Amino acid sequence: MIRFTYSRPGAVAEAVQAVRAEPGAKFIAGGTNLVDLMKYDVERPRRLVDVGALPGLGAIEEVAGGLRIGALVTNSALAYDPRVEQRYPLLSRALLSGASPQLRNAATTGGNLLQRTRCYYFYDTGTPCNKREPGSGCPAINGVNRIHAILGTSEHCIATHPSDMCVALAALEATVEVTGPGGDRSIAFADFHRLPGDQPQIDTTLGADEIITAVQLPPKGFATNYTYLKLRDRHSYAFALVSVAAALEMEGNTIKEARLALGGVAHKPWRDPAAEALLRGRPATRDSFAEAAALILKDARGYGDNSFKIELARRAIVRALSQAAAGTPQPIADKRIA
Amino acid sequence: MPVNPAAPGAAATPEPASSARHSIELTVNGTRRRMEVAPWTTLLDLLREEMDLTGTKKGCDHGQCGACTVLVDGQRINSCLALAVTKDGAEIVTIEGLAAGDGTLHPLQEAFIEHDAFQCGYCTPGQICSAVGLLKEGRAKSADEIRELMSGNLCRCGAYPNIVAAIEQAMRQEGAAR
Repeated sequence: MIRFTYSRPGAVAEAVQAVRAEPGAKFIAGGTNLVDLMKYDVERPRRLVDVGALPGLGAIEEVAGGLRIGALVTNSALAYDPRVEQRYPLLSRALLSGASPQLRNAATTGGNLLQRTRCYYFYDTGTPCNKREPGSGCPAINGVNRIHAILGTSEHCIATHPSDMCVALAALEATVEVTGPGGDRSIAFADFHRLPGDQPQIDTTLGADEIITAVQLPPKGFATNYTYLKLRDRHSYAFALVSVAAALEMEGNTIKEARLALGGVAHKPWRDPAAEALLRGRPATRDSFAEAAALILKDARGYGDNSFKIELARRAIVRALSQAAAGTPQPIADKRIA
Repeated sequence: MPVNPAAPGAAATPEPASSARHSIELTVNGTRRRMEVAPWTTLLDLLREEMDLTGTKKGCDHGQCGACTVLVDGQRINSCLALAVTKDGAEIVTIEGLAAGDGTLHPLQEAFIEHDAFQCGYCTPGQICSAVGLLKEGRAKSADEIRELMSGNLCRCGAYPNIVAAIEQAMRQEGAAR
């Protein structure tokens, strides 16, 4: 691993100042993604500013009918919080379908938002990659791209965002609270992650000198009709090829409100307001679900190895919406798809 | 640089001044120790290379295999992805710290022997530490749930059925003891 300096400030403002003062300085909290990338020489920070023990960022609090999750709450603490289990089970299920217990014990809420793509070429410093070295090219587009994106890609990058948690947060319309030299601001979840465009090296709209302080969940948790369906190459501890967060509000068999977010298919959790609007007021039938799937996938494009994802996503969306409407979410430990 | 540990002098960049080392305090298997660590030293390398606690294994060194699992403040984590300097003040338990002072094995160690829950043994310390964490978390109730919540520990010999059986036995014993 490269050599770097290390400091552990005692307050958020000091931490922000420390990163601002030194080009190449980075925050570290759980470190589960950053340390890994440093071992591969993909990340080469000059200084690590340890925010893992900063006061005031480790609690889950009741706020305005919703929950405010401190940026340092670990993925396990969040998944197993009784309020989250009861009121936001979609979030709990998504968290528990990601990574392993060891990683979830270390990884934080803020860090999960900022984790980087698992594109093979991004990780391999022996190959070009526009995300790692802007302008060097994207070998994935014509290369081994089984795990890559089918929506929102650009000619510069077809990487996906690997998080499960973020797919649920997108469906729940969470907001991200950040702070920096310019003060505090809130970012709507849909605006937090970006598409690659011609700047794939930039994953999010977070400023280089800003830090995430919390994620806020709105009151509506869709705790009755939801599912997180994750399809992958092995039954556990693997990134999604396709995942679906589905959340419905039902009135009898009629869909009153619908949220649908996809993971593993784009540079950010993928939502389409038109597909959700289509479901509103419709009966909860396979035909309705298939129409919504066709709409959200209408611009999907395969790159060869990953072309199977288009049909996989279509079927997964129908399956997930059926599970959500029936109130039968996909169990975590029982891998049979029902 | 690929997967090798940060042995002093092994990297392309020069070793910085000794002022780059940080003083941290760790309680390891019940003994409190003050140590000077370089910021890039992982908890795994500190345990193995500087404390001679080689029970904790380096498998992939990337958080994918679980061989390096230890308990930090009671929670199982991958020690290969934890920088030691970030764990200042923490309480660490490794495989060497599970048996009682008189040598009586931990119930999970007994169960792994009884069920022959290993072949080559390389993943075993991580499996056992992970299982200690799993029992403490109290989330697994069935064999399916054990499998799911042990998915962060790979066994290339394929001893999984016996590992699950060993953990089930320890879980029953723990339940009976309550």
